[in-house]
Amino acid sequence: MAAVRLCRCRCRALLSRVRGAPRALRGLAAGPEMHFGFQSVTEEERREKIYQVFESVAKKYDVMNDSMTLGIHRVWKDILVHKMNPSPGTLLLDVAGGTGDIAFRFINYVRAVRERQLQRKLKHHQNLSWQEIFENYQEDKSDSLGDSQVVVCDINREMLKVGKQKAQHLGYSEGLSWVLGNAEELPFDDDMFDVYTIAFGIRNVTRIDLALEEAYRVLKPGGRFLCLEFSHVSNPLLSRLYDLYSFQVIPVLGEVIAGDWKSYQYLVESIRRFPPQEELKAMIEDAGFFKVDYENLNFGIVAIHSGFKL
Amino acid sequence: MRRLLLRAVGAVRGVPLLRAGPGSPGECFPPAPPQPLRRSGRPFTRVCPSPGPVPHPVLPAGTARLSHSDPRGWDGHTGEEEEEEEEEGWHQLYPSHIPTSPLQKALLAAGSAVMALYDPYRHDMVAVLGETTGCLALPNLRDKMKHHPEGYRILQERPCIRLSTLDMSRLRGLPDGSLGREYVRFLEDNKVSPDTRMPPKFVDDEELAYVIQRYREVHDLMHTLLGMPTNMLGEVVVKWFEAVQTGLPMCVLGAAFGPVRLSARKLQVLATELVPWAIRSGLNASCVLNVYYEQRWEQPVESLREEIGIFPPPAVRV
Repeated sequence: MAAVRLCRCRCRALLSRVRGAPRALRGLAAGPEMHFGFQSVTEEERREKIYQVFESVAKKYDVMNDSMTLGIHRVWKDILVHKMNPSPGTLLLDVAGGTGDIAFRFINYVRAVRERQLQRKLKHHQNLSWQEIFENYQEDKSDSLGDSQVVVCDINREMLKVGKQKAQHLGYSEGLSWVLGNAEELPFDDDMFDVYTIAFGIRNVTRIDLALEEAYRVLKPGGRFLCLEFSHVSNPLLSRLYDLYSFQVIPVLGEVIAGDWKSYQYLVESIRRFPPQEELKAMIEDAGFFKVDYENLNFGIVAIHSGFKL
Repeated sequence: MRRLLLRAVGAVRGVPLLRAGPGSPGECFPPAPPQPLRRSGRPFTRVCPSPGPVPHPVLPAGTARLSHSDPRGWDGHTGEEEEEEEEEGWHQLYPSHIPTSPLQKALLAAGSAVMALYDPYRHDMVAVLGETTGCLALPNLRDKMKHHPEGYRILQERPCIRLSTLDMSRLRGLPDGSLGREYVRFLEDNKVSPDTRMPPKFVDDEELAYVIQRYREVHDLMHTLLGMPTNMLGEVVVKWFEAVQTGLPMCVLGAAFGPVRLSARKLQVLATELVPWAIRSGLNASCVLNVYYEQRWEQPVESLREEIGIFPPPAVRV
């Protein structure tokens, strides 16, 4: 009986290999086999599928983030920007920054720092005339960001569209630029940016090594690379609970809130397929970064990797 | 106009993201195979079908314990069988099928009920609610169809009502009062199309998936036969009729909660005239899914009403 079952297994495996063969042959022409969640696809197919995923979730992206993570993603992004600790005058490149969460937080942070700077400056000038104080206020008001700039780069037009609308709605006008670009081939010159961030985006990049090399290229010497991404949970009990929640609840949330089961199924599968903390650290070091380190948030559900170009 | 927009949204939502599977889910079910495909493996075992070293999803072993026993009775797999089924791969029984675990179905049912109440224009949520709660009513419906000669033929031939299968110009040319002419008039007056129905996704049996799809397609014909427009009041009346006819929990819930959004005047009309008529007709009528509508376009609506057993609609403005 077991032998018959085994034979059937082998036959089915053989059959699936035969069925898979034409696709493998196509793959030889189109590129190596890659993963899309738990499916196996070519590089080109993967790029296209991921583009379609984000095209379809763009409008509900923020709502879904809030409901899937119960709002905790906001804390994670806050921690990232606090870790970055930007000073006024910083030039930030936020890759895969679509709906602008990191960019807006960066602007808020720099504004706050700038205000404190100005207050401190004013405190030291106690014996100015009213005229001079007035002039100080005038020139500083137009410089609330202190020349800081953030460039939001995303490969997906829909996500950028949503981000621009959000910026308008929330009242962010200065210091922001929106660029359509591919993380594997950035449309920027070498040695341009002070900080490079990629929050929940590197998982969707088809060639992570190329993205890391590009990050190295566009950063100035002394620049910092920061990556916020879902990672691996080592605690076994928590890992089981996390898997249960990911596979059972998240696609249901996707269907109920966004009407899209498959995109969120892809999301949880892609998290499982992403390299764990140490492996990603090694990849970042391979790209040329120094002092690479990572910080686990929430027991490894999310990790922030950081590296410097020296 | 609103309804057209809503159904267009529904259509967009109904189209699956990944078209990798065979055929598009907007297509009709193929005629019944000699043995209807049943669930044969754990639906929540999602394993990549490729023969590469793909890690299995870290299926929480606790899932089996969390799910309550399945009426179909395929708990109690032995370890050997489980291994075999995991190698078989993902069990997609029809192109738009998404296999789900009992826990997921329960969450979907609850979530879709809340969302449908919160936003009644989410027709896809009503559809999902119907699929996830219909596990008892759908087999009943299927058996009713099987034991009726015309219903049995429908189950075998699996006709479907789509713009591509309908000859709209011929139907428009039929005499006034015939089913085909009135159906086309209904579609044009309410600016709806039979192509914007959600394909079934969460029904784990191919035949039952066809039954629920047939029920959705016949819904528009119900509007025609009952003479009800597609505004909120008309939809509630049709839901009452369908609740009595099919026993689907989604219809019962829709009939019970739909009136919440109606004005007092309409509620009065509903309670005094429309609902009693709908219930009487529903109880008196034979099963509406046992009628091969595609072969009766020329039949006058009055005669079809009499044949099925639907009483003439009350003379109120809906």
